[in-house]
Amino acid sequence: MLDQYVGVLLTFALGAVIVGGMVSGSMLLGMRRRQHYAVKDEVFECGNAPSGPARGRFSVHFYLVAILFIVFDVEVVFMYPWALVFRALGVPGLIEMVIFIAVLAIGLAYAWRRGALAWY
Amino acid sequence: MPAVWLDLGIAAAKTLLVLLMVLNLSAILLWVERKGSALIQDRIGANRANILGGLLPFNLGIVNTLIADPIKMFTKEDVVPAGADKVLHFLGPFLAVFPVVVTFAAIPFGDVLVIGDRTIDLQVAGLNVGILYVLAMSSLAVYGVVLGGWASNSRWALLGAIRGSAQMISYEIAMGLALIGAIMTFGTLDLQEIARAQGAHVLGVIPAWGILYQPLGFLIFLVAGVAETKRVPFDLPEGESELISGYFTEYSGSKQAAFMLSDFAEIVVVSGLATTLFFGGWQVPFLGREGWNLPGGVTLAMPHLAVVALQLVSFTVKVFALCCLQILVRWSLPRYRYDQLMDLGWKRLLPLALVNVLVTGLVIVLAS
Repeated sequence: MLDQYVGVLLTFALGAVIVGGMVSGSMLLGMRRRQHYAVKDEVFECGNAPSGPARGRFSVHFYLVAILFIVFDVEVVFMYPWALVFRALGVPGLIEMVIFIAVLAIGLAYAWRRGALAWY
Repeated sequence: MPAVWLDLGIAAAKTLLVLLMVLNLSAILLWVERKGSALIQDRIGANRANILGGLLPFNLGIVNTLIADPIKMFTKEDVVPAGADKVLHFLGPFLAVFPVVVTFAAIPFGDVLVIGDRTIDLQVAGLNVGILYVLAMSSLAVYGVVLGGWASNSRWALLGAIRGSAQMISYEIAMGLALIGAIMTFGTLDLQEIARAQGAHVLGVIPAWGILYQPLGFLIFLVAGVAETKRVPFDLPEGESELISGYFTEYSGSKQAAFMLSDFAEIVVVSGLATTLFFGGWQVPFLGREGWNLPGGVTLAMPHLAVVALQLVSFTVKVFALCCLQILVRWSLPRYRYDQLMDLGWKRLLPLALVNVLVTGLVIVLAS
């Protein structure tokens, strides 16, 4: 059972080495004498001096998307085991899933109606 | 115990093969994209560097994109802007590439290779929950985008990161729902078994590939997959004309190369998954383990190694064709507006995917 995951572990180890080597390539091979001066270390803001810290406020809509994602993604996860044994469940399984999806659809319709999916 | 070491050695060889395949295919795609976009836009494209000092009458730009550019990027200075979090600045590109590359471990690239009395499954990890593994790993890639953007301490980068995370999680739902139809059709989460199930033929002539049963599911999966790769027409997280380079604005050198590579590796993974689920994986129509089984009862025996080689070629060709399709889409369509992007994900694809699940269930119940 667990020996299926030997390949996964090997992939993780080898992948981490390859990707880690690639990402740190410039640190290892790049210019050795790094010179720091204020203008070079500045973040890019179209040539202007940066006006204040970058991590400020942003639209609350993104939070709403994240909350909706949690709701719907968990529902989708519930559907995986059902889909796997669907043929064994037959008609009762389908009826149950119709009810489940109807509840989900009502939730989506509610969010839609209240403008949670609208962008201005 | 030599048998255990041999098994481990074979597993390591398969792992290396798959990782190199993903990385090399990504690199080749980079070249296809640069020369292909030049072709589409009636330009010449990369043609400067050459090995033989310009002695060749043609220059395909291979030296430029596959040798000169990587060397340049690796030898550049690694600049971390002031106020950036150094650890997260490193972790961003790492987490953008790593989960994408390891996703391929669950995707089968051939049937079985029999050498002597040893049967080698041509798949790195024969997981019985392959689809779940692929989904889990590919959804981790969003951390690379968020961390890269957040760590940079740049407004453009932060905007790109927030846009990217909202986009990726929105389309993940549609993607997950599109896969449910395929799981219902095949009744398993094991990608190797799914590929094997597609070896049958409908009416004796049409290969029983997944797209035959799940045409809508494939379309939803492809659109959501392109959105997950954050490329045109869904490239708002990068959006060169509005956000400089989005979440990797403050990256240079090999870290920036890593972000670029992650885009192409994602294309390869989406294509690999689509091939396995909807285009028969490594299956060649009418080719069984022993040889050809042509319609009309004609059978032609074929050596085992030739069969395996044909399957490998078939898988590679299918993946590459789907990759090229995505590059063609990227250079053909203009960029969406952000509200259009969110509308497509939440108001079109999500209800469509739900309908697809119900219709698939209804058809399966009626057919049985």
